[in-house]
Amino acid sequence: MSERKDLIQDIVTIEASHLLESVSDIKSEGYRLGQACATKAEGAVEILYSFEKDETLKNFKVSIEDKDPEIHSISGIYWPAFIYENEMHDLFGITFRNLALDYGGHFFKIASETPWNPVEDRGAKPREASGKELKSAKTDKENKKDKVDKERKGK
Amino acid sequence: MAKRTIIPFGPQHPVLPEPIHLDLVLEDETVVEAIPSIGFIHRGLEKLVEKNEWPEMVYVIERICGICSFGHGWGYCKSVEGNLGITVPPRAEYLRTIWHELGRMHSHLLWLGLLADSFGFESLFMHSWRLRETVLDIFEETTGGRVIFSVCKVGGVRKDVPDEKLAEIAGTLRGMIPELKELTDVFLEDLSVKNRLEGVGVLSTEDAKELCAVGPVARGSGVRMDVRLDGHGAYADLGFEPCVEEGGDSMARCKVRVRELFQSIDLIAEAAGHMPGGDIEVKVKGNPSGEFVGRMEQPRGEAYYYSKGNGSKFLERIRVRTPTNANIPALVRMLQGCDLADVPVLVLTIDPCISCTER
Repeated sequence: MSERKDLIQDIVTIEASHLLESVSDIKSEGYRLGQACATKAEGAVEILYSFEKDETLKNFKVSIEDKDPEIHSISGIYWPAFIYENEMHDLFGITFRNLALDYGGHFFKIASETPWNPVEDRGAKPREASGKELKSAKTDKENKKDKVDKERKGK
Repeated sequence: MAKRTIIPFGPQHPVLPEPIHLDLVLEDETVVEAIPSIGFIHRGLEKLVEKNEWPEMVYVIERICGICSFGHGWGYCKSVEGNLGITVPPRAEYLRTIWHELGRMHSHLLWLGLLADSFGFESLFMHSWRLRETVLDIFEETTGGRVIFSVCKVGGVRKDVPDEKLAEIAGTLRGMIPELKELTDVFLEDLSVKNRLEGVGVLSTEDAKELCAVGPVARGSGVRMDVRLDGHGAYADLGFEPCVEEGGDSMARCKVRVRELFQSIDLIAEAAGHMPGGDIEVKVKGNPSGEFVGRMEQPRGEAYYYSKGNGSKFLERIRVRTPTNANIPALVRMLQGCDLADVPVLVLTIDPCISCTER
């Protein structure tokens, strides 16, 4: 059986300040962007960037502070990164500077703002709609009460 | 000067079974720009990892998609097995490969049917889906399910298939070849189909690489990339070589999927003929405590499965990056310069799976 390249795990931790330089270098080596994702960590958010060339992966891990997390976008180097960065912005609340295609928090039409935000995770806020906060869903009891009130008014 | 108009395409459209939205900027009838919007039905399945123990999470991951559900289950298991440092018995790897290739046949036949439906060739659509039934029947016979199978588990597979049954399956699939040939010849030779696919939505090799396209979209543009080349499963033993076409147009993407249909039959027959004996699973001890980035070649292309454990029964993170996610930038490029009338067919040629994208 030949070598199993899928078992090779190359995950390198780099500083946020070196991200663009490292990503530019890996692009010049012929790697393509596979994915980028965020993970909650102790007091931080980890962003994992995966690159692939000839079935071999290289991963960069960048750790940033979880309070108002912000990092430079790599979409200037790999344009398709806008997909992953907008997703991380909408789910984790990470701000990406110089994002090539910024959906301004509307890439995902979700009920809560940044539901996976590491700081606000315990109480995600409902998304604002037309300047007003969305009302929380009514309970069965409340719905039943509304129905009874409506019927009384009808009579 | 040409008149500029913005046409909203989707999220509800007859050609789209699931919601995706495109703002199409037109100059007369030609698309000059397309801005995609997704996230209408984002389910947040990855977040469920905080509430489900890692052996049970495979059931959730399988439900990301009803077409490539087996592949998602395998991808998750592969990532957790890598995390735990487990080596799966060869027989389990062969069985996984066979089910995964059956899944590819199921997906490609479904896509061919949808493509035919998109340009109004209803009888071709029905023939494609009729042949797909044979594959679904094999799934039912071997796993008990037609959509969600739940046969893949961390450490191996839950069900074995006797060698005689595997030989019978290989015979059934080989018996499908004349009908498949008759069906796919229509896609490749019929003038009305050619008119809708040839020269439409060309994606050059450079663009496919630059936009990080995956799967049949990349291979249809001459990029030799396929996760099955990395040696996982039984693929290294089966001498796998990806199907690559140079055209870069909608017809090239169709040709890749047609060739892969026949290739899957060969791979299944080969695997069934050289089935190793032995166990179908290994006992798993402990909990994942590291991290692992795994990949699978789903019918629609490369998918990522990142798992991070903390030594407990609950993973800290599972991340699934699906092929449609990666092919959206390529779709945006393909749409530039096409006619408005070609947009529905063109969107279909990336085989979009919004269910996967909105995991």
